[in-house]
Amino acid sequence: MYETVIGLEVHAQLKTRTKAFCGCLNEFGAPANTRTCPVCLGFPGSLPVLNEMAFEHGMKAALALNCQIQNFTKFDRKHYFYPDLPKNYQISQYDLPLALDGGLKIKIKDREKTIPVKRVHLEEDAGKLIHEGEGSLVDYNRAGVPLLEIVTEPEIHSPDEAYEYLSELKAILKYLEVSDCDMEKGSLRCDANISLRLIGAEKLGTKTELKNMNSFKAVREALNYEIKRQTGILESGQRIIQETLLWDEVSAKTVAMRSKEEAMDYRYFTEPDLPGFVLTEEKIKAVKDNLPELPQALKQRFIRDYGLSDYDVEILAQEKRVADYFEACFKIYPQAKSISNWLIGPLSYELNSRNLDIQSLGLKPPELTTLISFVDQDKISNLSAKEVLTARLNSKKTVEEIIQEKDLLQICDSGELSAIIDAVISANQKSVQDYSSGKANALMFLVGQVMRQSKGKANPKVAQEMLKEKLTNV
Amino acid sequence: MIISKDDVLKVANLARIELNQEELNLFSGQLESVLEFIAKLKKADVSSVKPMSHILDIQNVLRADIPGESLPNALVLKNAPESLKGHFRVPKVIE
Repeated sequence: MYETVIGLEVHAQLKTRTKAFCGCLNEFGAPANTRTCPVCLGFPGSLPVLNEMAFEHGMKAALALNCQIQNFTKFDRKHYFYPDLPKNYQISQYDLPLALDGGLKIKIKDREKTIPVKRVHLEEDAGKLIHEGEGSLVDYNRAGVPLLEIVTEPEIHSPDEAYEYLSELKAILKYLEVSDCDMEKGSLRCDANISLRLIGAEKLGTKTELKNMNSFKAVREALNYEIKRQTGILESGQRIIQETLLWDEVSAKTVAMRSKEEAMDYRYFTEPDLPGFVLTEEKIKAVKDNLPELPQALKQRFIRDYGLSDYDVEILAQEKRVADYFEACFKIYPQAKSISNWLIGPLSYELNSRNLDIQSLGLKPPELTTLISFVDQDKISNLSAKEVLTARLNSKKTVEEIIQEKDLLQICDSGELSAIIDAVISANQKSVQDYSSGKANALMFLVGQVMRQSKGKANPKVAQEMLKEKLTNV
Repeated sequence: MIISKDDVLKVANLARIELNQEELNLFSGQLESVLEFIAKLKKADVSSVKPMSHILDIQNVLRADIPGESLPNALVLKNAPESLKGHFRVPKVIE
């Protein structure tokens, strides 16, 4: 039996207005090569100056990952030739990175585990290549966008752990508002190293590097595939070749990259254009003291203060905005479980089907709580309420207007309902007798008749209770 | 010899510089004397000198996250040997 050993390397684009070393806008989707200048295009004589926001974002993330911010940090040049790299070197950090030795707590099958974070450093992104026809097209808008590289120790032992780590990391970066973490837009990217060794063995096996995974699910799939592939090779007595593999989503396989003729030699040396950075303990403490509430603290607070379940809280806390929305609703209508059910159920269904986030949905917390309170008071049925929600999102009408227009108010007036029930009882004597002789099904038939007579407006729960009561008194 | 011809060729290759035999001899000699000089420096007693990463005694040079001017696309592409649809165009590169 083999033990899986995984290390992850995540690159997160930092959310700043401008690039890492120049004043060009850090903006996704702008027309090609319109967010570039002599600095990010690497013109001779141009000089980089570090964006303080990128630096601060990096510190925040490192601290949230429990890393040790280094008192002195500097940048280095990493050299390689590729058309997406205008200077023929990337400004990165090598021997004195921003932060070292952290850890991220994850929950895996109700067991807690800390994934050690080896280092966190700042660097710049490269441009974007589009392969078209006979040539390749280069857009340098992305060149120089600040990136945070976050590297774990090879101490992740399953694809599920890798998935959990990535989910938790993404949640933290989003809570800190330092990155959008949108894998589709490439603002979060993940590479994985994976090797196998016999259980109990000390020496690590030969690893392969996996690239080109476009979602956390793809990371998990690629790792699962690679475990099977490597196991097959080892079982048949062959050796693993150290190489870089690309995940192919369509065939669900890892494919070898054309191997380079020569091992990469990046010839790192200190970036002479950027003086180093001294970080005092006071400065580090100031940033640390200003960190916002992080996902794990929020989850604990939600469980403690609102009595919600682990399951509910896991879902609500995935997005800070959803958690905030929950709290806004609770302030108006303090029914935690009802609100949570609605956010996790119907509302998240609407968000997904409309591909919107909770802010752009345009439903204010008081509107949702009004709707929920109608359901909680049995004024409308759960099913009708979902209909109202959809109608509300499709129009500018208020919740109350829609309920009235669609005539969805349930009959709660016991006099009116009582009359309907009496009529149903006298018209269905056979079923009444069946019920008396112990046939439970008969009751459901009678409830159905009440619903029919009330044109679906009776509250079935109330109708059933009233029916039972009347039948025992017959 | 501190540096072999093979080392020079390797460095030249890393820097994407093609050298003919004459240039190889010329630059091998020049690199040799540079390295000889460095070898002398290595013998100097630096026990009282603090390691440094920058020759100037400055640190924490940062700029505010405020947008500056970018260049217009036409100007950006002015020196491009080939361009297409606002992009630089290069020979096909495949990973």
